[in-house]
Amino acid sequence: MQNPIDALIAEKGVLLADGATGTNLFDMGLQSGEAPELWNEDAPEKVEALHSGFVEAGSDIILTNSFGGTRQRLKLHGAQDRVFEINKKAAEIACRVAASAGRRVIVAGSVGPTGELLVPLGAMAYEDAVNAFAEQIEGLKAGGAEVAWIETMSAPDEIRAAAEAAIRVGLPYTYTGSFDTAGRTMMGLAPKDIHGVVDELSERPVAVGANCGVGAPDILAALLDMSEAQPDAKIVVKGNCGIPEFHGSEIHYSGTPELMADYVRLAVDGGARIIGGCCGTSFEHLAAMRKALDEHRKGARPSVQDIESRVGPMRNKAAAQSGADSAGPNRRQRRRARA
Amino acid sequence: MSDNDEIILSELPDDELVQQMHDDLYDGLKEEVEEGTRILLDRGWQPYRVLTEALVEAMRVVGEDFRDGILFVPEVLLSANAMKSGMNILRPLLAETGAPKQGKMVIGTVKGDIHDIGKNLVGMMMEGAGFDVIDLGINNPVENYLEAIEEHQPDIIGMSALLTTTMPYMKVVIDTMKEKGIRDDYIVLVGGAPLNEEFGRAVGADAYCRDAAVAVETAKEFMKRKHNLAAAN
Repeated sequence: MQNPIDALIAEKGVLLADGATGTNLFDMGLQSGEAPELWNEDAPEKVEALHSGFVEAGSDIILTNSFGGTRQRLKLHGAQDRVFEINKKAAEIACRVAASAGRRVIVAGSVGPTGELLVPLGAMAYEDAVNAFAEQIEGLKAGGAEVAWIETMSAPDEIRAAAEAAIRVGLPYTYTGSFDTAGRTMMGLAPKDIHGVVDELSERPVAVGANCGVGAPDILAALLDMSEAQPDAKIVVKGNCGIPEFHGSEIHYSGTPELMADYVRLAVDGGARIIGGCCGTSFEHLAAMRKALDEHRKGARPSVQDIESRVGPMRNKAAAQSGADSAGPNRRQRRRARA
Repeated sequence: MSDNDEIILSELPDDELVQQMHDDLYDGLKEEVEEGTRILLDRGWQPYRVLTEALVEAMRVVGEDFRDGILFVPEVLLSANAMKSGMNILRPLLAETGAPKQGKMVIGTVKGDIHDIGKNLVGMMMEGAGFDVIDLGINNPVENYLEAIEEHQPDIIGMSALLTTTMPYMKVVIDTMKEKGIRDDYIVLVGGAPLNEEFGRAVGADAYCRDAAVAVETAKEFMKRKHNLAAAN
């Protein structure tokens, strides 16, 4: 059976995902520190407006408002016993919008990290992580989500747990890492290694890639690493719209629609098949991205220098310059063998 | 030295033992760090000297290599655990011997946020540097910070956040402090992966600290200024 993303890629070539959830909900009145997921119950019309805005701006894939929808995250807001319902609602709201779009729009169920570290670094057992993700993905599936969209991940074992949960529940899945620390995830996963994270599982992901992170130049550099490592892979980039700034009491991301349009063109040239925006990406940004995607014909693969000259300097060093196995400065010499 | 040489910590002279402890802490070898700590104490070292020369110095190197993208969070956590076990031995002794105090810090992850890896590292490094640290844990509304300020009268308030949806909450806390007219009585430091210096300034913090080592340096610097101001008045 062909999954919906492959089918739509076959039809359209490159797909446009959506923009930010959290920062756009701020503009609709969400208060900092509150759980966006509770709005699926308390203010569904606003969540619907969020999805509608992206569909009108041209999204082919919209993500449900369920990023923090695991038991571990909802616990902060006393909602850990409503995981299934809240996620089901999230998917239902997005599906309503997709159904009235007048064109094919895929609803992907957003699955974010639990915030916990897995054993041995932390206290959460792998099996508990799988169960927590499965509980969330059950809700998303029941509400009509077609794909589990695992995102903003940093730990390979947590990606594996979420992917295993999607397989268990019976949804196709994608996963993306946030490469925000010296070109890698904070747990040290390099972009080029993203492909192999779930090698031991029974079902392959539909697509893998990067989201969030620290802005267009860095995520595009990560894209080059990912597409070089596996040129045939379907790769997602869903980068932040610049960096966060405060304008008075309003939070604002520095990226302009023009910059995000250029980011789309570079992402296409760099081999991405699904492109979107993360934090700070508004409807206006997304509309500019749609236009850029529709008008752009895939050009030569850019270099990091091309990327930096068009969308600005990288904030962090590249992954190849970091880590113990890198060409850069190395881990200090040990004087003792590890036991 | 080959990897297969058996190292007997208790047979090493002080300088080599301290060097070995730096390496062991870097490698996250908890039991070896505990053993080294005990040996130095048995040899008559002051607890404060063990802390600063053996443990904190080693963690400083770990912090540098994290900053430089050589180590990542998994390695840093192992090192931090090794340091913590050494500190657990030293803490009661430090209290007895009246080690020099740098100041007092209240630290916590803001409301809606569960992430505490960075906050815990900062707390530990600050304690290692001689600060009293009161850790409020995760998910703190502004009331928690205000109560802790009232109860503990700290010099420094530290706030941490990892999420886009929670980092603006730092401004809520600082704005509330301003409303109460107490903002300028405290040094406010903020940290977290999605933040940057401009963001720190915009929320009204005294400084953004990109990692635990920077947090310690910044805290010391501000404490020095605070003391200079006090002396000038």
